[in-house]
Amino acid sequence: MSQLPQFTPILPELIIVCLAMILLIYGVFRGDGATRNISWIAVLGLLVAAICVSAIPAGKILAFDGQFVVDDFGRYMKWLVLLGSAVAIIMSLGYNERESISRIEFPVLILFATLGMLMMISANGLISLYVGLELQSLSLYVIAAFQRDSVRSSEAGLKYFVLGALSSGMLLYGSSLVYGFSGTTSFTVLADLFKQPATDPSVGFVVGLVFVMAGLAFKISAVPFHMWTPDVYEGAPTPVTAFFAVAPKIAAIALFVRVLMGPFGELFAQWQQIVILMSVLSMLVGAFAAIWQTNIKRLMAYSSIGHVGYALIGLAAGSEPGIRGILVYMTIYLVMTIGAFCCILAMRRDGRMVENISDLAGLSRTHPMMALAFAVFMFSMAGIPPLAGFFGKLYIFLAAVDEELYTLAIIGVLTSVVGAFYYLRIVKLMYFDEPAEAFDKDSNREIGVLMTVAAMLTAFFIVFAGPVIDGAEAAAGILFSG
Amino acid sequence: MLEIGLSHYLTVGAIMFTLGVFGIFLNRKNVIIILMSVELILLSVNINLVAFSTHLHDLVGQVFALLVLAIAAAEAAIGLAIIVVYFRNRGTIAVEDINLMKG
Repeated sequence: MSQLPQFTPILPELIIVCLAMILLIYGVFRGDGATRNISWIAVLGLLVAAICVSAIPAGKILAFDGQFVVDDFGRYMKWLVLLGSAVAIIMSLGYNERESISRIEFPVLILFATLGMLMMISANGLISLYVGLELQSLSLYVIAAFQRDSVRSSEAGLKYFVLGALSSGMLLYGSSLVYGFSGTTSFTVLADLFKQPATDPSVGFVVGLVFVMAGLAFKISAVPFHMWTPDVYEGAPTPVTAFFAVAPKIAAIALFVRVLMGPFGELFAQWQQIVILMSVLSMLVGAFAAIWQTNIKRLMAYSSIGHVGYALIGLAAGSEPGIRGILVYMTIYLVMTIGAFCCILAMRRDGRMVENISDLAGLSRTHPMMALAFAVFMFSMAGIPPLAGFFGKLYIFLAAVDEELYTLAIIGVLTSVVGAFYYLRIVKLMYFDEPAEAFDKDSNREIGVLMTVAAMLTAFFIVFAGPVIDGAEAAAGILFSG
Repeated sequence: MLEIGLSHYLTVGAIMFTLGVFGIFLNRKNVIIILMSVELILLSVNINLVAFSTHLHDLVGQVFALLVLAIAAAEAAIGLAIIVVYFRNRGTIAVEDINLMKG
């Protein structure tokens, strides 16, 4: 008689999967009128899951024959993802109702996508990695095309699907090679494989590793695998773009870090060059391609590509401070991005969304508070002290300098100067240009509250820095404790 | 007599994978062809997995292949659904017409 597996480690996932299915059935019976209720229940469920993540006993726990791992790193990333998903659902409420796409599937799909992300973060084997990743991706393809009467939204969904499927295929091909040349899919066994000195990996294994990295680089939209990002960000409905920019990106970064530092940690010499290359290219594209953008969502896409580039510096350092830097950076990125997208969601004129950067002209005179909040986010993304974004970059660059990656740190500083140009151009537009027509005043309360909270957290990061950095420190430490 | 070994299966897998990737990038006609190319990629992975599984006398590879098959079916369903939505809006699924957003 086989033993029943341990269910405590997957408690948050169990809550979300049960909730998603119950809400789906409830929604089918009640119809689209129940969307607001369902959305709030989903938000509540995500927060309960976040509490459960903290309630799981501390330390590293393996479950389901070692396919599933819960550790401090996973806990930290799961909090971020759950928070990002909950906020994305709240942000979508008003928008979906105005665009009359307020359907019950939306919160349910976000729940399923979040479930996939939690699986990805906790994956401890190639199989659970792939299943989690696909659960996430398949939900995201549908959400991207959610505004199904809009050509742009369906085109975004189509592009995302094609390139996402290609990247999954590459990841899978890599996984098959890794499995074939090492004889195992378990991350724990893979990590032990190269521990003994003088065991060099075979060529096939390294090829597999490169394919896996390429597949994952698609998901975090690192250059040269970024081409889907601007199109999908521009075409998808704005709350969906906000969701894409936070939760899946953080989950994918977590997965990227776990895969490279865990099973392939001993092959640091093999993958460091690739990570450095991707990091440099992402920073350059993020800085230079954004200069010519006129659409604010497209600008945010290039900005997020740049941010991934900075986060990858921490991975290229491959040290404990580097990983801590990534975690701090992603936390700050989450807050800034949520705030910026709240501002973008408030850009409405005569009941229609406007997305051009020039529409922001003179915002300080028509909407002073919103202009102030937007300016805080832009200054923070540009990395100007004492705002949050500065500290994110600081920890990353410190880690790079510690590991003597001077070139990488210098390129990072230079590209953030270039990046400051387009962030500050928005500030200039809002404060010094002739006002364009004012935006609608009736922006909903949820967005206002989220915007204020995000602006406060960004502006006064120093006050909250302690717990964030301590948490990141503990989370990073677990990856190095063997 | 030619002995069919692991390397032959891997070669077939690699060729199929390459065909799939080229099918996605070089095809300028129809999105359905892209969908077929995606399937081709996933099947090439399955050939690899099953070949390795037999070679290593390890069942994990075949379990993996079964999961890939199931997920490939889900992926095809969602891909077709998105293509239908797109066709309703644009009236075409030619690859060169999918160009509303650029730059």
